[in-house]
Amino acid sequence: MSISVKNINKRFGDFVALDNVTLDFPGGELVALLGPSGCGKTTLLRIIAGLELADSGTVLLEGEDASSTHVRERQVGFVFQHYALFRHMTVFDNVAFGLRVKPRSQRPNEAVIRKKVHDLLALVQLDWLADRFPSQLSGGQRQRIALARALAVEPRVLLLDEPFGALDAQVRKELRRWLRRLHDELHITSIFVTHDQEEALEVADRVVLMNKGHVEQIGTPDEVYDAPATPFVYGFLGAVNLFHGRVDGEHVTLAGHAHRHDERLSNGAQVIAFARPHELDIVLDAPNVEGIAATVIRILNFGATSRIELAGDADSGAPAYVEVETSRVRVRELSLAEGSRVRLVPSQLKVFEQSPAATEGAAL
Amino acid sequence: MSATRKLRVLPGFNLTLGYTLGYLSLIVLIPLAAIFLKTTTLTLERFWEVTTSPRVLASYRLSFGAALLAAVINTVFGFLLAWSLVRYRFFGKRIVDALVDLPFALPTAVAGIALSTVYSPKGWMGQLLSPLGIKVAYTPLGVLVALVFIGLPFVVRTVQPILEDLETELEEAAASLGAQRWVTFRTVIFPLVLPALLTGFALAFARAVGEYGSVIFIAGNIPLVSEITPLMIITHLEQYDYAGATAIAVVMLVASFTLLFVVNALQAWSTRRIGQDAGRNV
Repeated sequence: MSISVKNINKRFGDFVALDNVTLDFPGGELVALLGPSGCGKTTLLRIIAGLELADSGTVLLEGEDASSTHVRERQVGFVFQHYALFRHMTVFDNVAFGLRVKPRSQRPNEAVIRKKVHDLLALVQLDWLADRFPSQLSGGQRQRIALARALAVEPRVLLLDEPFGALDAQVRKELRRWLRRLHDELHITSIFVTHDQEEALEVADRVVLMNKGHVEQIGTPDEVYDAPATPFVYGFLGAVNLFHGRVDGEHVTLAGHAHRHDERLSNGAQVIAFARPHELDIVLDAPNVEGIAATVIRILNFGATSRIELAGDADSGAPAYVEVETSRVRVRELSLAEGSRVRLVPSQLKVFEQSPAATEGAAL
Repeated sequence: MSATRKLRVLPGFNLTLGYTLGYLSLIVLIPLAAIFLKTTTLTLERFWEVTTSPRVLASYRLSFGAALLAAVINTVFGFLLAWSLVRYRFFGKRIVDALVDLPFALPTAVAGIALSTVYSPKGWMGQLLSPLGIKVAYTPLGVLVALVFIGLPFVVRTVQPILEDLETELEEAAASLGAQRWVTFRTVIFPLVLPALLTGFALAFARAVGEYGSVIFIAGNIPLVSEITPLMIITHLEQYDYAGATAIAVVMLVASFTLLFVVNALQAWSTRRIGQDAGRNV
């Protein structure tokens, strides 16, 4: 089922949580709402669920205005970060809850409920825990039960609020792969909120990037990662190096290094430029070598790749901290060591003209 | 305990247990034992005569009946009050919160005099109620009013922290699963609050059974109608019939203890049912 939100506004006192947000979620997709804390993503999710009321704007579920429909009637499955399982009920009773509270006329009989609950528990691979209480379960198991409970009422939409936020790294990785597989099986329209970019890029069909109550970019994981639309998105997704500079005709000058650009930039404008760690080449410093001057601080090896932490030369205006990713072979070729003087040459650079808004996301 | 030797962060099991038992004996058990001991100076017939005289029997009915009723009333309205204090923000909330404790702090005699003044036929409330044919002061109803007054804080203060800890997410989860408000309350909130409600009930009841000061002024102390059991004890004391006084006290003690024991067992059972020992983030 498709979901659209139109011109949603929401304030909490003076704080603007959502500023005129309009979004479409096509049916059957798994979409991630990604952004830093306080960007409004959870508020948006709760408004879609009906747990929160927007100050203005409409929520359309399958084209129908659901803005004034109570959460009870919206038929949305909601999964909370802290599970919100009923601790005085067994796992079985938790999952059966949504079926047992149906009005008498729609309530399935106990045999049907039993079958359905066991099917759901089998789906989340926890059938053997039916008689346990939530307190006897691990975090990952609890969240899977919470998901089974939400699915029991056959929701039209599944909404997950930081579903893996309270779990440790290992379980988290496992569970998100599992969620992806489950979605591929069920194809239920799902939205999940996360502040973890890796999680969003790995699990979602599409990613909605939010910042300060605005939508910054919508796209597939590849699109948003490879072609970030705004400096915020660039800074938020993945490790990134930020340079300040200015436009000189066909070049952008960054920390003494002139980089050719083919974008439409106005001459003389102040710019910020981003390069990911693997988009910087390292060359040894020598007279007449072009590049941004820097000094190696530390070299960290991970398998076949090395991460090199560098300090830019302060007098050239280079940033104090630069990260480069390259192969270990390359490090050996250059015989890099701590203290080596090097030059960094961007193979690729994303340049944004600096406007007041452009600095916001560039916290890195 | 020595069978399961465990490493503890804070040592001193023997010390604390010894201290606890010693202290409990000194403060609670020895005086109570004295009551039993004094009672044994009576013959069985005399004991029976004292503890089942019509006036005393009437006082049991009033004391235990009114105390139970007051505890029930306090459980219902104390829960509502605690709910409002926890869930809503309103003007003067802090003052209301502080007012709840007043029956704790007020000397009971002051409460009794105030209540009997207000509810006497010429008092503020009595004036309004007497045309309706309702007499409060100097009747069993007055006893109930006094016991409700002194028992209120117990329920509010035991339920309040539990409600504060109750995640609203549980209600949201229930609502998103299609549960009506009443169903959510009955199946999700109530079972989690029940142990605290029972504790509050037991405390309010215990306090009400033993209450003397506030009741004595408003009760009117009419034999067979509005005499409470503590008053019967005092009556015996005033006649230097110490053994008679302790005999009634023994009956009260045993009855109260039995009731409290039952309530505690219920409370333990309901606690076990909601798995209170479990971690909170469930």
